[in-house]
Parts: sequence; structure tokens; C-alpha cells
Amino acid sequence: MIDVLYFAWVRERIGLPKEQVETSAATVADLIEELKAREERYAAAFADLSALRVALDQDLAEFDAPLAGVREVAFFPPMTGG
Amino acid sequence: MAVRVQQEPFALGAEVEAFAAGRQDAGAVVTFTGIVRDLVSGDLSRMVIEHYPGMTEAALDKIEAQARARWDLKDCLIIHRYGEMAAGDMIMMVATASPHRADAFDAAEFLMDYLKSRAPFWKKEITAQGETWVESKAQDEDALARW
Repeated sequence: MIDVLYFAWVRERIGLPKEQVETSAATVADLIEELKAREERYAAAFADLSALRVALDQDLAEFDAPLAGVREVAFFPPMTGG
Repeated sequence: MAVRVQQEPFALGAEVEAFAAGRQDAGAVVTFTGIVRDLVSGDLSRMVIEHYPGMTEAALDKIEAQARARWDLKDCLIIHRYGEMAAGDMIMMVATASPHRADAFDAAEFLMDYLKSRAPFWKKEITAQGETWVESKAQDEDALARW
């Protein structure tokens, strides 16, 4: 089980802030493919990866990063702080 | 050295006063303050800032540590708010203290550039026409290249 978190418009599009996902995905990209296959709202949220960022255990990562040992994955748009 | 992520407003004057007071190790204090602006439509009713609790603090700590490793800083303060704000409200501030003016300015700019696109905050503007997530700008990402 892995905790998957969504923020900003990704959270709104998917319709929830956090869920637990049972997955054997090897990488972030594999996890995204699994989520996209679930329902249209996931497919819509993950349609354009260039508009998304990912963090693994609260550290920014790439989409080809391995998920082994990771407890928390977060998906969100590019950050707009400051 | 301090990083604060908070919902409640902060008192800029009091923060800067406390930061600069009694300092004999640093002759230069630079501060920057970010304020909610209403440039697009003139009818911004409020702004909501979402963040990623846990990662936000870790990211700001990391950015601050990078600034301290790079410049001669005696002290550094980052305050960033989340939640609901109105036009004119203060969103965030950074302050740097150094023996050298250039270090204090450069470190403050570095902190701003990095926290804009590396700290997990997202701004949403709410107007009479509806809600819009603020989009990041290519120039924000480009700004990191100079460091």
C-alpha cells in the first residue's frame, strides 16, 4: 500500500486529497498508467504530464523514478508560491 | 535561522524589528515582502493558498540551508502563509542578515526565486467570474538558472 496525495487542481479534478493505493508499479510512470486506467477523472488529471510534478516521500522526483520503498507519492501542478 | 509556515497574518514591522534588533554581527539586513495583488481583473475577492504540510517545511529548510552554504549569512527568516487572503494582505516575507550588503541581497533573491518554484504552495484566485489556479511562469523556472 502506498499513500497517494493530490494537490491544487489535480486534487479537484480527481475529487479527493488522498487515497491508499494497492500497487505493484515499479515507477511513478507505471503508477500513473494504473491510475489512468481506473476512471476518466484520473485519465483527465494525468493527460498532460508536462503540467504535473511529483514528489516521493516529500521530495521532488522525476516520472521515471522507482517506487521501491516509497511510502508517499504526491501529484501536483508546478508550484506558485512567493 | 527560522522557517515559519502559518495561516495567521504576521506583523511585518515587528518581524523585521525583532530580526534586526541588537545585531552586531551583521551590518546588512535585507527584507522582501510578497503581497496579494489584484492586477488581472480588478475584482479579486480573495486568494486561497494551498500547501503540502510536511514537504513545505522540508523544502523551505533545504532552500534556507543552500543559501546559508553559499553566502555569509548571520541569520535568515522565511515566513509564508497559507489559507485565505484578500488583495493587499501580506503573503510571505524573507529576511537575511549578513556582514555584507551584496550577500544579504543575493541570498534574499535566491530564497525568493527558489521558494517560488520549489516550495509546494499553490495560489488560487477567486473573483466574481469564478476560481482560477494561478499558473506558474516559464520565467520563474528560468530565474533558477542564474544561480
